Amino acid sequence: MANMSDNNIILRCQGLSKSFGALKAVNNVDLDFESGVVHAIIGPNGAGKTTFINLLSGELQPTEGQIYFKDHDLTNASPNKISQLGIGRSYQKTNIFPKFTCLQNCWIASQSRLKTSMKFFKSAHRDMEVMERAQRALELTHLAMKPEILAANMSYGEQRQLEIAMMLATDPELMLLDEPLAGMGSEEGAEIIELMRDLAKTHTLILIEHDMDAVFAIADQLSVMENGILLETGTVQQIRNSKTVQEAYLGEEETA
Amino acid sequence: MQKITKPVQLFLLIALGFALWFPSVGDEFYVELLINIMIIAIFAMSLDLLVGYTGLVSLGHAAFFGIGAYGLGIFFGEMNQYSIWAALPVSLILTALAAVVIGWISIRTSGIYFIMLTLALAQMFYYYFFESKLYGGDDGMFISTKPDVNFGSIQLLDLGNEHTFYYFTLGILVVVFLFLVMILRAPFGQVITGICANEQRVRSLGYATQRYKLASFVIAGTLAGLAGFLEAAHTGFITPSYLGWHESGNILVVVILGGLGTLYGPIIGAVALVLLEDFLPDITEHWKIVLGMIIVCVVLFLPNGISSLSGKIFRIPSQIMKTILRG
Amino acid sequence: MEFSFYLIQLLNGIQYGFLLFLVASGLTLVFGIMDVINLAHGSFYMIGAYLAFWLTGIFGSLFLGIVLAIPLAVALGFVVERLAIAYLYKKGHLHQVLLTYALILIFDEAQRFLWGNDSHGVDIPAALSGSITLTDIQVYPVYRLFVSFVCIVIGVGMFYVIQKTKLGMTIRAGASNRQMTQALGINIERLFTIVFSLGVGLAAFAGMIAAPIDSLYPGMGDNILIISLVVVVIGGIGSIKGAFVGAMIIGVSSIFGKTLFPSMASIVVYAMMAGILIWKPQGLFKSA
Repeated sequence: MANMSDNNIILRCQGLSKSFGALKAVNNVDLDFESGVVHAIIGPNGAGKTTFINLLSGELQPTEGQIYFKDHDLTNASPNKISQLGIGRSYQKTNIFPKFTCLQNCWIASQSRLKTSMKFFKSAHRDMEVMERAQRALELTHLAMKPEILAANMSYGEQRQLEIAMMLATDPELMLLDEPLAGMGSEEGAEIIELMRDLAKTHTLILIEHDMDAVFAIADQLSVMENGILLETGTVQQIRNSKTVQEAYLGEEETA
Repeated sequence: MQKITKPVQLFLLIALGFALWFPSVGDEFYVELLINIMIIAIFAMSLDLLVGYTGLVSLGHAAFFGIGAYGLGIFFGEMNQYSIWAALPVSLILTALAAVVIGWISIRTSGIYFIMLTLALAQMFYYYFFESKLYGGDDGMFISTKPDVNFGSIQLLDLGNEHTFYYFTLGILVVVFLFLVMILRAPFGQVITGICANEQRVRSLGYATQRYKLASFVIAGTLAGLAGFLEAAHTGFITPSYLGWHESGNILVVVILGGLGTLYGPIIGAVALVLLEDFLPDITEHWKIVLGMIIVCVVLFLPNGISSLSGKIFRIPSQIMKTILRG
Repeated sequence: MEFSFYLIQLLNGIQYGFLLFLVASGLTLVFGIMDVINLAHGSFYMIGAYLAFWLTGIFGSLFLGIVLAIPLAVALGFVVERLAIAYLYKKGHLHQVLLTYALILIFDEAQRFLWGNDSHGVDIPAALSGSITLTDIQVYPVYRLFVSFVCIVIGVGMFYVIQKTKLGMTIRAGASNRQMTQALGINIERLFTIVFSLGVGLAAFAGMIAAPIDSLYPGMGDNILIISLVVVVIGGIGSIKGAFVGAMIIGVSSIFGKTLFPSMASIVVYAMMAGILIWKPQGLFKSA
């Protein structure tokens, strides 16, 4: 078990690597995430950010290294176990159930917090606790108006909101958000940023995002990745002032 | 699960009314045929739970049908004469155990591997009965007396009576249908339909999907065993071919012919296939060529099965009505 | 005595394994490259056997019969691919299972229509009808050795085509990464047609040369289909090497199973498959 000397650390990666054949998508990353902090991971396309998130959520197994969440070793844990421990995630590429209604999508997410869903007799939609959690998630994401619409018939922006709503409906303590703003209009985007600000008061957020304005608006900590390597990590101000980072990545952004 | 629409509910009630009324006027031959249809329908609905709602394409489902049938043969045949109270649960437990074994091995894989594994493991059971001297080998088994249902010394049901057996089977068909509707509406049903759509997502939401797949596999297998038990009680004869992969292929045809993932589709498919198998041989000795062609045409032109026609059929009259009213 | 008895069993097992390899190699390529489950593959084995029987009857020579039957079988494969299988490429496995299952019904019934329900046999050609003496009482038929020999020649030829020619390169690329092949601008439809027709040719050829040692009966394609599926799954879908190893494992073990545990012979094969798949769910040689 890792020695989490700083009690405030909720998630710790040690020497984390993931190789696909000869390609090291994530290369020996040591990184701690503090509880209650919004920690954004930035970097160019192909830097290994999504692979990193997939390692944290259990969708990929690391080639080397360890991951610890509070008192649990997550290194080879399954995605369902990681979700049950209180880590939720959203996907960069919208990953909802198109043939379910908007509410059903959140419903199935919310229902996962029951001790078991091996229940055969009672109609699913009679469980008030599950229903309330699903509806709260819809309200938070401004989707409560039309719960009966088929997810396939929702607009792209609404589907992105639903993606986040499903994560919220599992009531996670730590949220992994993979480009939550991807493809959203500025108005919807602003709503999601507002929502993340609210969530940050009570939750820990790990965020991948390309929209630098959004990152600077909500993130407390920043990590920069390139070619699978963690270049630097620090507060927003530290990263802004870092020479390495400016040369490698931010420089282009700010001149642009 | 998807809601069963009003027109379909009406259709099912009319069909049930017809089924209840038919034996009082119908020819014995057709009563017999309807029993056959109902048993196939139970078998096909059980497979629909697996293929249509859980997304697991099994090509070995007949194994459970056969094991259920052999259960009756073994516990109610010449060797033993237990009452149906004992024979039925024992047969169903045996089927469930077989489903746990086949399911546990197969659900670890997916796609083509799953199809092949269910096929091969079912063949293993097929050969077991084919080569077992104890249970008649490839000659099969006969059941000399029809089971009856007794409570103490009072005879409640005499399943040797064709009409009693008919209503008994109809009752089981209705119960199985309602049971499946119930579990599909329950939390369990939400999870398996989610798995069918996107298993990876369901897992990332925190569900141990393998367990739900296995549970679905075992429920489907046990219900298939129930259908096999009825078939054996109906015909009084059991052969290893009940477990054979042609039977598995046929029942998959029934499900898809009727409409996958609808529950009532398999009933329609059972009606269609049993009628085809009954009438085609009158036309030509080589009727299986015709049957094959029909299946090819369904796959090519009606991939969602006969029940998908209902939408079209109901839509046309309502369109006509609208035009008339407007005119 | 003991030793030569086991030697004969081993030779039989290997020879059976070679035949299975011919059938399974086509099946595994169709799985791996085209992502199509072709349940009708066993029917082509049956069709090959009946074509050999029919043409040998007409011309009085098995060799001539086979030479004429091969192009017929490949042509049949071509027609079936164009008319039915081509439709399945964008469909799910379920529709593939259903359509190819319907093809089995059609082929089986067509066989009954043309050649009836009786079992038939084909005579071993006189030149190969002898036996090799192993001991005083144990002999081994030359024709079986000949079958193994022909299979080895074809196997080596196939290896050469797949490893050394441009077609083989395309096939290997297709089996390991379909999108990549398409991106490289290879005419994927033509590749599918070629692979399918060749697979049909191999299965039919196996049926032809097996005709003199196997009897011909309705539904004979089913048995070979199921056992070939087992071979493919054990070896790993899409892997020719896997098909070879799987065919040898199944060939030898089913022959020994028949002599050592006659009452449980068929089960041995399936139990073995289950065991291998519990150990390696993707088969022994899953390519990528």
